[in-house]
Amino acid sequence: MTADSVALARSPKSLPLDERSIWLRRLVVDALVGGERGHVGSSMSPIEILRVLYDDVLRHRPSEPGWSLRDRCILSKGHGCLALYALLADKGYFPTDLLKTFCRKGSILGGHPEHGKVPGVEASTGALGHGLSIGVGMALAARMQKRDSRVFVIMGDGEINEGSVWEAALSAGKHKLSNLVAIIDYNKIQSAGATAHIQELEPLLDKWRAFGFAAEEVDGHDVAKLQKLFARVPLDAGRPTAIVCHTVKGKGLPFAEHDPEWHHKSKVTAELGERLYAALEPR
Amino acid sequence: MRQTCVNMVYELAKADDRVVFIGSDLSPGLLAGMQEQFPDRWYMEGVSEQNVIGMAAGMALDGAIPYVNTIATFITRRCYEQVAVDLCVHDLPVRLIANGGGLVYAPLGPTHEAIEDIAIMRALPNMTVVAPADAEEMKRFMAVSVDWPHPIYIRLGKGGDRVVTRPEHGFAIGQAYLLREAEGGKSNPVLLVGTGVATTQALQAAEMLAADGIACHVLHMPTVKPLDVAAIEKYARASRLVVTVEEHTVIGGLGSAVTDALVERFDGRVPRIRRIGIPDVFASDYGNQEWLMETFGLHAANIADVVRKAVGSD
Repeated sequence: MTADSVALARSPKSLPLDERSIWLRRLVVDALVGGERGHVGSSMSPIEILRVLYDDVLRHRPSEPGWSLRDRCILSKGHGCLALYALLADKGYFPTDLLKTFCRKGSILGGHPEHGKVPGVEASTGALGHGLSIGVGMALAARMQKRDSRVFVIMGDGEINEGSVWEAALSAGKHKLSNLVAIIDYNKIQSAGATAHIQELEPLLDKWRAFGFAAEEVDGHDVAKLQKLFARVPLDAGRPTAIVCHTVKGKGLPFAEHDPEWHHKSKVTAELGERLYAALEPR
Repeated sequence: MRQTCVNMVYELAKADDRVVFIGSDLSPGLLAGMQEQFPDRWYMEGVSEQNVIGMAAGMALDGAIPYVNTIATFITRRCYEQVAVDLCVHDLPVRLIANGGGLVYAPLGPTHEAIEDIAIMRALPNMTVVAPADAEEMKRFMAVSVDWPHPIYIRLGKGGDRVVTRPEHGFAIGQAYLLREAEGGKSNPVLLVGTGVATTQALQAAEMLAADGIACHVLHMPTVKPLDVAAIEKYARASRLVVTVEEHTVIGGLGSAVTDALVERFDGRVPRIRRIGIPDVFASDYGNQEWLMETFGLHAANIADVVRKAVGSD
């Protein structure tokens, strides 16, 4: 098991994490250990994106998940749900203790997030390429109902291989949905290997711009930069926004970073759990 | 039936601001009045069925009631995962208006013939499947469709279909209607069960059979799911033969649903059954809908023949 050299070369330098980012990753590990399985790499890459959204950007009320004026946040790459569960638990949508029940009988927390079951989950995702269309519908509904809610949709880089994503992008561009923000967790690795080898996405920013989006890129683990960029959303008052976040698959776990073998683990033993916690000792 | 259906969307939209129309790439000028009056509730989104279904789901999650319209094969086959996950898993009130159910698009070949749409739609949990027989019934159905809390698949006939349903019946989703009662109060009649425009053929067959002294009930099932099992049980119990008729493959449609219900309700002592539908093939000819229906034996004369043969071997 080794880091993929192409993904490594194309990713931002992996800088140390602050206490909050480490704490959130430890919550993810609680769930991985409790469920003895899970998408490790895919859940570690979008944590700062979700952290900045829920801490600084989204208008939301954890005690009232159905509040109609809230901003909507859809994790379209549903397999990265442990990152979303960690944030939702941390924010008080449900107790952090529940994370340990991940994928267990009777749990509300499955291997993909379900709307109506998990407070704060806006749409059931897991089948890839669905979230952006749902987001387009929500953004249009907000416009129809004269709400100023915004809709944020987080997609994986492998996910945007799906043609449906680009159908949705056409629609968003046509309707000039300035209340819609497409976010790409661009960790450069999909299940089978480097995106550069499986299905090249470059030039990715140009693609979003060509579909009518105002698009920018950012280091998806740099909290200050993410805060600064999201504060400027919409990037253009007459167009939807796309933010390509350069991230590191497995971020925070040195032995897992950039390694496709860590996309998913179906046997997280107690021993492996210890290793994961040890890698996330606060510095 | 098709025009009536989309016109009804406009009528519903006037009375209820949750109602939205979303088409893919339909006729120019379709619902132009609605587009003008409610520009933020009328959408023509292009040839992108997956996106259209997801979009409708997003709107419905925020309280809208979208009526989505395109050709039946495309709204079922092309975006099956979106229908399953976005609509059915979330159990949202989105309505799928499917142009050309069955063999309507006969001249256009198998890419456009929706022969298994009922089967694949009724297999999905939470989905409701409705196939009215004529425009008048369509109107009555559409009026009650708004407040149904689940997704609905609406199968359209060609248009100009003979009106055989009755206004006094009204329309309730999930209810079957007896359109013809076996004459003379004869005991042991034959029960013909139809859905969509196939019911019209069943009614004609019943006429023909009456002349031969074979009395038939004709039970119309505009809702294939949820199935009115009580009605089937009631009429089948006294019948010597049950014949289902549908413009659909014999696999998984009305005939399968009725058979399943009979097997379960009659504890194995099932009445004799004949299922008339499209055999397990794609159509290999063109022509028109009537011609292909005849080719597959979905016309009144053949239905009557099937009954005569079955009854003759009593």
